[in-house]
Amino acid sequence: MKTFTYSAALAGAITLAAGMAQAEVTLSVLIDNNPETVASMEALTAAYTAANSDVTFDIEQRNGGADGDNIVKTRLATGEMADIFNYNSGSLFQALKPQETLADLTAIDGQANVLDSFKQVVTAPDGTVRGVPFGPAMGGGIFYNRKIYADLGLTVPKTWDEFMANNAKVAEAGKVPVITTFGDTWTSQLFVLADYYNVQAEVPNFAADYTANKAKYATTPAAMRGFEHLEAVFKAGYMNPDFGVAKFEDGMRMVATGEGAHYPMLTFGIGTVKQNNPDNLGDLGFFAQPGPDAGKNGLTVWMPAALYVPEASEHKDEAIKFLNYVASVEGCNTMIGAAGASGPYLIKGCELPADVPPAVSDMLPYFQTDGMTAPALEFLSPVKGPALEQITVEVGSGIRPAADAAALYDQDVEKQAKQLGLPNW
Amino acid sequence: MKRRSPYPYWFVLPAAVVFVTLFLLPTVASFWFSLTRWDLFDAEFIGWDNYRQFFREPFLVQGLVNTLIYAFVTSGAKTVLGLLLAVLLTGGIWMQGFLRSVVFFPVLVSTIGVGITFAALMHPTKGVINLGLGLVGLHGPAWLSDPALALYSVALIDIWKGVGLATLIYIAGLAAISSEYYEASRIDGATRWQQFWRVTVPLVRPATVTVVTLSLISGLRSFDVIWATTRGGPGFSSDVLASVIYKQYQAGFYGLATAGNVILFLLITIIILPLTWWFNKREIDL
Repeated sequence: MKTFTYSAALAGAITLAAGMAQAEVTLSVLIDNNPETVASMEALTAAYTAANSDVTFDIEQRNGGADGDNIVKTRLATGEMADIFNYNSGSLFQALKPQETLADLTAIDGQANVLDSFKQVVTAPDGTVRGVPFGPAMGGGIFYNRKIYADLGLTVPKTWDEFMANNAKVAEAGKVPVITTFGDTWTSQLFVLADYYNVQAEVPNFAADYTANKAKYATTPAAMRGFEHLEAVFKAGYMNPDFGVAKFEDGMRMVATGEGAHYPMLTFGIGTVKQNNPDNLGDLGFFAQPGPDAGKNGLTVWMPAALYVPEASEHKDEAIKFLNYVASVEGCNTMIGAAGASGPYLIKGCELPADVPPAVSDMLPYFQTDGMTAPALEFLSPVKGPALEQITVEVGSGIRPAADAAALYDQDVEKQAKQLGLPNW
Repeated sequence: MKRRSPYPYWFVLPAAVVFVTLFLLPTVASFWFSLTRWDLFDAEFIGWDNYRQFFREPFLVQGLVNTLIYAFVTSGAKTVLGLLLAVLLTGGIWMQGFLRSVVFFPVLVSTIGVGITFAALMHPTKGVINLGLGLVGLHGPAWLSDPALALYSVALIDIWKGVGLATLIYIAGLAAISSEYYEASRIDGATRWQQFWRVTVPLVRPATVTVVTLSLISGLRSFDVIWATTRGGPGFSSDVLASVIYKQYQAGFYGLATAGNVILFLLITIIILPLTWWFNKREIDL
């Protein structure tokens, strides 16, 4: 603290001597290492510094997934967190104890531009808003290769049976029907998590009952279907031979270049293709995960991550000013320019350009029709078990049957519910 | 009668301060936190719930069995291979000094680096191992992603990395055996084989005790090679106690993870204490 005062005084003296009244400040930023995240943050900070020469940024990257959770939680708890950091909204945000660790952003100017649907997923139990959106909303569904579909004369499936019929034809043609990348274990969860639109279409109360410890995956047939899908794909042998070690970026490359036909994933993968295989961006298509009923087909939506300011930050005011910029239409356009438009931004008045890649235009109609989207379960319930990704790897690798896996996952979420101190658990 | 320390109290004070603050307090604190639901902000006392929860973890039983398999496989292999390599490398062979350092070299390399390298070498379709097997017409398995094989593949990497240390300890042990024993046994008409079993193996015993104890402990608490290669996967098939604990920690269940560490501590004690006691007893008999 003392050194800080001295250096601040020194900096003050220098700026005064130079005839300026502003104090220079460097804001530390901690973000995940996804290429889209990095590109967006670099563009935002560069633009902000250009307009405010007294503010500079020191960006630090971290891993995503469970490693990232660990880093964020530990650094927050020990008071070592950067002035600004990005992290998931929804259930993972709730696990940060937001009302104690994060600055209250309810009343900052930028919130006026933020859509209410987003504010809900960064609201602490005490009703205060603690984050601003960073990046576009995402769909969870299935990427497909448009060339393969055209060559084999396939149409986008509306039901799971149609999807499996397409897979059979792809396999016959000697291509990989369902790209699987268990080298990044988190990618194994998609068939389960992206099935939530179909779950709630059949069991509208599932999220509330699940949080209240009344509904379970193992005893709700609609919820168990995601696990069964994984099992069905494994049993049919529809995966790539190196499915156990392939990683997320391999998966996006394979579906974009036509090594495989389908890849269940979140739409932020579009940014990865834009970075790694820009020439193939036009071959990438997307559809929502098909369910049992063609009449009730819709998209499971992931809210974007948010930017937060820790309560303990020494530069809270400066950090909040930057967040106001991020939540503005201008900031939103800067992100679109840097990372591309891979989905709708949750800022009022921020429009996507007309020439979006096909995978994005495949997704937008779901957003434009009422009732065609549903948030993923993690935005409706704070209960998410940490072992889901290992359990789905087991099902998808034929180690554990679907029913058994659903029961095991029900046991796993109990720990999280207890840790959060939820009633009825 | 208790023997009085020849040192004054002020002399041992610095060591005592370090011992109490860095070892004793954390150990006591970990026993306390293992009885709480702890999220790093506040800790709520919940009695033995964490221990109950830990033993109800379905993957824990598998993790426990895997830990024992892993520890005994790696420790056994390092002991046997270490002794054989030490005999070979003390036999006055060509370029002995260079070959000794070659065997020891993997010990010096970062474990994480070794893990990442082997993960690439063991890639099912693009890895050097399976490409090599392919050249001679064999179809190599998915070393690290086949659930039946993953744990043993990781154990293999651990053995490769750790055998150098066992060899080094054995080389020192062999050097301590007086050549008179070999001369005497030769005069009595012992063959090389008999010399190995009747002279070398019994007399290199102190080294064996060290190698078995060290490699067993490192096997029981092994984590880094596993985390760098399979992260306990696929699923839970190569999970050991340490990786199960780490995953609880990652998920933010700090009390539960601490309880797991206490269990790991007790497990190591239960296995190592009788073992060293038994070894030491035999030594006195000799």
